[in-house]
Amino acid sequence: MEESSLDLYWKKNLSYLTILLSIWFIVSFGCGIIFAESLNTIKLGGFKLGFWFAQQGSIYVFVLLIFVYVYLMNRLDKKFKLNED
Amino acid sequence: MTESLWTYLMVGVTFAIYIGIAIWSRAGSTKDFYVAGGGVSPLANGMATAADWMSAASFLSMAGLISFSGYIGSQYLMGWTGGYVLLALLLAPYLRKFGKFTVPDFIGERYYSQTARIVAVVCALFVSFTYVVGQMKGVGVAFARFLEVKFEVGIGIGIVIVLFYTVLGGMKGITYTQVAQYCVLIFAYLVPAIFLSLYATGNPIPQLGLGGKLTDGTWLLERLDQIHTDLGFKAYTSADVNRVDMFFVTAALMLGTAGLPHVIVRFFTVPRVKDARVSAGYALVFIALLYTTAPAISVFAKTNLITSLQGKEYENVPGWFSKWEHTGLLSFDDKNGDGKIQYYNDQNPDMSAKAESNGWSGNELTIDQDIIVLANPEISQLPAWVIALVVAGGLAAALSTAAGLLLVISTSVSHDLLKKWLKPEISEKNELWAARIAIMVAVIVGGIAGMNPPGFVAEVVAFAFGLAAASFFPAIVLGIFSKRVNKEGAIAGMICGIIFTASYILYFAVFKSGSPENYWFGISPKGIGTLGMVVNLVVTLIVSRLTPAPPQDVQEMVGLIRYPKGAGKAQEH
Repeated sequence: MEESSLDLYWKKNLSYLTILLSIWFIVSFGCGIIFAESLNTIKLGGFKLGFWFAQQGSIYVFVLLIFVYVYLMNRLDKKFKLNED
Repeated sequence: MTESLWTYLMVGVTFAIYIGIAIWSRAGSTKDFYVAGGGVSPLANGMATAADWMSAASFLSMAGLISFSGYIGSQYLMGWTGGYVLLALLLAPYLRKFGKFTVPDFIGERYYSQTARIVAVVCALFVSFTYVVGQMKGVGVAFARFLEVKFEVGIGIGIVIVLFYTVLGGMKGITYTQVAQYCVLIFAYLVPAIFLSLYATGNPIPQLGLGGKLTDGTWLLERLDQIHTDLGFKAYTSADVNRVDMFFVTAALMLGTAGLPHVIVRFFTVPRVKDARVSAGYALVFIALLYTTAPAISVFAKTNLITSLQGKEYENVPGWFSKWEHTGLLSFDDKNGDGKIQYYNDQNPDMSAKAESNGWSGNELTIDQDIIVLANPEISQLPAWVIALVVAGGLAAALSTAAGLLLVISTSVSHDLLKKWLKPEISEKNELWAARIAIMVAVIVGGIAGMNPPGFVAEVVAFAFGLAAASFFPAIVLGIFSKRVNKEGAIAGMICGIIFTASYILYFAVFKSGSPENYWFGISPKGIGTLGMVVNLVVTLIVSRLTPAPPQDVQEMVGLIRYPKGAGKAQEH
């Protein structure tokens, strides 16, 4: 495999990481902590939104983020023929 | 059948299963013993990781902790789950590709230095040992409370059981026992929660019941907020708290999770890099099942507890009240002698007028937060078998975590210290024996320490995360994502990070030399690991710039672990 193609694979991986970890930060530290008080003025059924993000929503998003990353990386591995048997 | 008969039956059956699994999955080689032969399926590994991760504290205490802290308790919920995102994205796949047995293995080879390896071993031993003492204590409390034996006897039984399957099976035995333990503990956690949710809101799913309506049409959370403010407490869902500290504590727990050796080592047990990624995802699904249920239990139980006790005649309290009074988890002191229970926030100056007009002379009810999970089935009048199930679940949670930690301790001694440093010519058979002896010593010392935990151990357990965040996390992540970081930088960084964090904790939390007003930026000792991580990161980067780059072969190795192909089986050492 050529060096440049491996570099491209790594760059792609780093850009996925940047995007997913930004979401990770915004949902937990952003919606769950920093902006929780203002989000609490919005209601989602019986939940105040800030409280919901802090005790429920952020955890669901965490799970989702990992599976999105798994999907993206498996696709990337195949594209660059780096997938294991 | 009576409640105690059910308890003996449930505990007996689950223990028989664990022991059966241990015999079936005996370890034959060091590879079996350290990483279960590297052949565990990602789903099973995810389940085992979840059981390993969720300790007696998660099972018994977390819902209570949140119950009595409200919104700010979210720091534990997010902190103890968010770290898995970091693990799956930044650590697990690369460490799996690296393909050795332990975290010190990685640190030692990536930083081409015996000193770095030994610093890592000392950190791993310190973190795991403080943590295991807490677990052994948890095992003792659980046995003592449920089987009505003495606390010391409880720890003794725990030692024998854990010894049996860790010594016999190593990582292989532990992994498959943990799969069974996960099933027991999650079932035991969900069943009462479903009943509670159904009773309170008519919705069987606790996560939805939490946001549901009570039978009279008011939202459950609004009702609980109302109850809290009426009694002079802060509204349960109010986010008007010290959120700077909350930010730091949440971050320290997340970073610490991703740096804890007993969690990381689990990702060495799967066959391929892609398995390591997806396995972290499965682990988080299994963990999230409990962690999203816990806040629902907190709310149902708190509402039930207050409404069933506040203002009631002491003469007419339900039967469970006196049972838990005996254990000291509940106590009533009739300060104004009216024979009724008054529970309110007597520290709140706004309450004094109301208290005076009602003839109250102070809060009369003291509630230990652990009662939320323990007494819940009785408060809600659930059947006896559910109560027995909670017992078995609590024991499963404590035993599975203790076993995982003991394995890290024994691996550190037999593999990192003996094989890689003191006695490299040791045969595989002798190394296996050394590992088994190390487990025995660790469990017995841990058990004895758990019987009389020195004050500082109890304090330090909560801080194991901060220390892991400040030592391992930056060293591992930088080791993967930077080719330029060298041994001088990593060693200096780990030492500065851990000394900084440990001094802050010792100063404020252990010796209590400073009061909370003097916290830096209002950061409590629990959150200081985040700052320690930053110190480590900065020191590592600066020192690395000022010293020569790592040798060519190390830079090539860093290049190799970034690509999944060729991970193959866990390498022989």
